[in-house]
Amino acid sequence: MSALETTFQVLGTAVIVSPLLLLAILGLAPLVSRPLSEGAISRLTQAAVLFALLPAIGILLIMLATGIRYVPIELGNWVTIEEQQFHFHLKFVFDRLSIPFLILSCVLCGVVGAFTRRYLHREEGYARFFLFYALFFCGMVLSSLASTIETLFVGWEMVGLSSALLVAYFHERTNPVRNGQRVWSIYRLSDAAFLIAAITMHHLTGKGDFGGLLSSGIWPEGTAAMTSGQALLVGTLLLIAAAGKSALFPFSGWLPRAMEGPTPSSAIFYGALSVHLGAFLLLRLSPILEASLLLQCMVIGLGVVSAVCGAVMSRVQNDIKVSLAYASLTQVGMIVVEIGFGLEYLALIHIMGHASLRTMQLLRAPTLLRDYNELENKLGSRLPHDALLGSRWVPLWVQRWGYRFGFDRGFMDVVLDKWIVGPFVRLFRFFDSLERRTTDLLSTEASRESDDAMLHPEDMNTAA
Amino acid sequence: MSELHFPWIEVSILVPLLGAVWIHLLGDRDHILHYAIGICTTTLVLTIGELVDFLSIGTFEAHDHWPYLNWIFHPDVFVVDELSAFQLPLVALIFLVTVMSTLRTKAPRFSLKLALVSETLVLATFSCRSSWTLVALLIAATIPPYLELKNRNRCTRIYVLHMSIFAGLLVTGYGWLVVVAGPIDGGYVDGINVSTLLVPGALLTAAALLRSGICPLHLWMTDLFEKGTFGTAILFTTPLIGSYAVMRLVLPIAPSWALQSIAVLSLVTAVYAGGMALIQREARRMFCYLLLSQSALVLAGLELVTPIGLTGALCLWLSVGMSLTGFGITLRCIEARISRVALVDYHGLYQQMPMLAGFFLLTGLAVIGFPATIGFVGMELLIEGAVDVYPLVGTMVVIAAALCGITVLSAYFRIFTGHSNRTLVPMHARPAERIAVLILTALILGGGLIPQPGVASRYHAAKELTRQRQAHPVSESNEATVAPLEATDH
Repeated sequence: MSALETTFQVLGTAVIVSPLLLLAILGLAPLVSRPLSEGAISRLTQAAVLFALLPAIGILLIMLATGIRYVPIELGNWVTIEEQQFHFHLKFVFDRLSIPFLILSCVLCGVVGAFTRRYLHREEGYARFFLFYALFFCGMVLSSLASTIETLFVGWEMVGLSSALLVAYFHERTNPVRNGQRVWSIYRLSDAAFLIAAITMHHLTGKGDFGGLLSSGIWPEGTAAMTSGQALLVGTLLLIAAAGKSALFPFSGWLPRAMEGPTPSSAIFYGALSVHLGAFLLLRLSPILEASLLLQCMVIGLGVVSAVCGAVMSRVQNDIKVSLAYASLTQVGMIVVEIGFGLEYLALIHIMGHASLRTMQLLRAPTLLRDYNELENKLGSRLPHDALLGSRWVPLWVQRWGYRFGFDRGFMDVVLDKWIVGPFVRLFRFFDSLERRTTDLLSTEASRESDDAMLHPEDMNTAA
Repeated sequence: MSELHFPWIEVSILVPLLGAVWIHLLGDRDHILHYAIGICTTTLVLTIGELVDFLSIGTFEAHDHWPYLNWIFHPDVFVVDELSAFQLPLVALIFLVTVMSTLRTKAPRFSLKLALVSETLVLATFSCRSSWTLVALLIAATIPPYLELKNRNRCTRIYVLHMSIFAGLLVTGYGWLVVVAGPIDGGYVDGINVSTLLVPGALLTAAALLRSGICPLHLWMTDLFEKGTFGTAILFTTPLIGSYAVMRLVLPIAPSWALQSIAVLSLVTAVYAGGMALIQREARRMFCYLLLSQSALVLAGLELVTPIGLTGALCLWLSVGMSLTGFGITLRCIEARISRVALVDYHGLYQQMPMLAGFFLLTGLAVIGFPATIGFVGMELLIEGAVDVYPLVGTMVVIAAALCGITVLSAYFRIFTGHSNRTLVPMHARPAERIAVLILTALILGGGLIPQPGVASRYHAAKELTRQRQAHPVSESNEATVAPLEATDH
C-alpha cells in the first residue's frame, strides 16, 4: 500500500469511526447509569463532527491535488460465507457524489448541534436528543459513503429510527408520539421496498457493490449492468423507498406531522438532510434509472406531482414550520425531476443549496414573528401580501378547490387511512374476532382475561 | 462418537432438577428466589462449559465423559452437536434472566420449582436426538404449564386439547416411523421410499407445527399467555422447542419439496401474526403474536433446507431467543409493577423507568433485525434464503419484519410515552433486573457488532445438517432443490 493509499485509509476510517464512537459513548453512558453532563455531551458532539469533517476535507483536498476521482475505503467483510458467495462488505467510497453530501452533512450537523446546545439548555430530554442526533449523524455518514447497497441500508435505517424518535421527542404529549409512529410506519414500508430492491439487485447481478452494478465508469458516468426490464423492476422499488424517505407523493402526509419535533431536528431532518436522502439514493443509482426510459418517465412524473402538490400546500399552511416543510417538498420534487432528466450535477448542487437555505430558515422559524415585527416597524407599515402571479385568471372554484386541497394536505392521509390502514385493521380485527369466538367456544370461561386490563393502572392510587 | 472432557450434559440437566427438589424441601423461605438464581446461574455456567468443551473438540457431535446415567439411558441418548451446542446455553440464559427478573412479591404466583423442572426438561430435550426419549421429553415439557394453569384455577381445556393432539400426533407418528423404517440412527432412515414415510412424516410435521404455533394451530399459545403467568409463558415458548422438533424429527425424513411447501405456511403465519400483533389491545397478546411471527420466520428458514436459509434460521433462532426474552421480561417487569398493560392508550412510563424503556426499545429493535443488533445478519440471511427458493413468496419475510417493526415502536410509544407523569412512585429496575438487562444488552449488541463467529458456526452447523440429509436421502426424486455443497473440511 502506497503512502497516499495509507493516508486515504486513515482519513477515511476516521470519518467513519468518529460518529460511531459518539453514538457508542452517548448510548452506553445512560445504560451503565453514568449520565453525561450537558457540557460533556456538547463537547463530545462537536469533537465527533470535527473529527469527521476535517478528514473529509483532507481527502477532498488530496483528491483535487492528485486528480483522483474515486477513493474506496475497505474495512473488510463484516460477515462472509465464502462458499455461498455471501458477503456483507464494509466498503465505503469517496467520490464526486459522496464527498459533497458528506461535507454537507457534517457542516449542517455541526451547525444544528451548536444551535441545539443553547436551544435545549436545561431541557429534560437534552441527552436523549443528542443520542438520537448521534444515531442520525452516524446514519448520514454511513449512507453518504456507502459503496454497497447493504451499507447504505444500514445508514438508511439509522436515519429512519432517529427521525421517528425525534419527532416524538416531546414524549409527554400524545400528538408528537402519534406523529412519530406515523413517520415510522411509512419508513418501515419504504424500507421494506428498499430491502426487496437490494435483494433483487443481488439476485440479478450477483453483487451488492455499486461498482459491480455499473458495467463501466464511476459515478455518474457508469451504465447499469442489467437489462431495461430488470432496471424497471429494481428502479420502481427504489423509487418507492425514495418516495417514502423524501416524503414524495403520495407519502407527503407525514411531513407536516414530523414538525412536532424540536426545531433543530426539524431543520436537520426535514429541511436539510433526511428529506434529501431519497434523492441521494436516486442519484447514487442514477445509472439504473437511465437504463429504462419508462422508469425515467416515472421519476420525472413523481417529481412533478410532488413539486406541484408541495407548492400548493405550502401556500395555505398556517404554521411556518409546516409551510417550510412543504416548500422543501417542492424543491425535492424539482430535484427528483432533475435526476429523472439525467442532470446529476445540477441535482447535487440543488440539494446542497436548498439544504443550507432551508436549515437557516427553519432555525430562524421560532423568531419569525419577531423578525416580521422588526421589518414592519422599520417599514412603518404592514408587509405587503402580493397575490400569486396570474391568479386572477384562475376560476374561483379552482382557487377554492386548490385551497382545500392544500389545506387538507392533498387528502393523502385521508386516502391512506381510508384505503390502506382502515381495511388492514378491519381485516385483522375480523380474524381476531374469529379467534375470540373459537377460544370462547372451547373454553368454559371467558377466554380473554386481557379484556379486564385496566386502562391506566399506573395512576397514583393504584400503582405498585 | 467423540467424548467431552466432563459430563457437562448430564450435570447441567440434573442441577436444576436437584435444585427444584431442594427448593421444595426448603418450603417458603425468604431467600428462595436467591437460591433459584444461584441454581440457574450454575446451570448456565455448565452449559457454557459444555459449549466451550465441544468447540475445543472440533467435532460435529459428542457425548458425555463418564456418563453416569448410562444405567438408565443409552450413552448416545444425550448428545451435544452443532445444532444444540448453542441452544443449550441459550435455554439456560432464558431461564436465568426470567428468574432474575421475578419480583419477590410475585414469587408465590410464579412457581420456581416448576420453572426449574421445566429447565431440566427443556435442557434434556435440546440434548436429545431423535428417539423415544425425545418424544417423551417433548410431551413431559408440556406438563408444568398445565400444572400452573390448574393451580391458578383457570380453564385448561384449550391447552389440554392442543397438547393432547400434539402428544397423540407425536407418539403415533414416531411409532409409525419406527414400524416402517426400523431402527433409527440419529433421526435418519436409509433406503426408505418417500411414500412409505409420507404418513408418519405428516403426523410428526403436524405435531411440530402445532407446538410451534403455526396458524391455525396457535390458539393454545394466546390462551397460555392469557391465563398462565407471564414468566411461565415466556419459558414455555421462547426456546422454540417446536423448531427443535422439526429439526430432529422432520428434517431428517422429509423430502425438500415437502419442507419447502410447509415453509410457505410458516411465512403466511409470520405475516398473519405480524398483522395480529399490530392490532392487539393488550401487551401480553401483542408479545405473543410477535413471538409467533418471529418463530414462524425461524421455522420457515429451517424448512427452506438451503444452506443460506438454514444458516439464517439458526442465527435468527439465537437472536429471537435472546431478544424476545429480553422484550418479554421487560414487559413482565412493567406488569409486576402496574399489572396488565393495555395498549389502547398511552401510559407515559418513561420517567418512572428510563432504563427499562431503553431496554424495551433495544430488544424490540433486535427482534426486528435492526442494524447492529444480533438479529440483523440472521434476518438478512433468512430473506436471502427465502427469496432464493421463492422469489415472490420470499418477500413475505420482509413484510412480516416490517409489520413487527411497526408493532414494536407502537408498543414502545404506548407504554413509555404520550402522557405526562401519572404517578410519582419510583419504578426503577432492581439490581437483579438491571443485571439481567445488562447481560442481554451485551449479548444483543455484541452479537450484532461482531456477527462473524456466530454466523460461521451456524453456517458450519447448517452445512453439516444439509450434508447429513444428502447422505441419507429418503428418495431418489424430488431432491434436486437441495443446494449443492462443496466438500467440507470437517
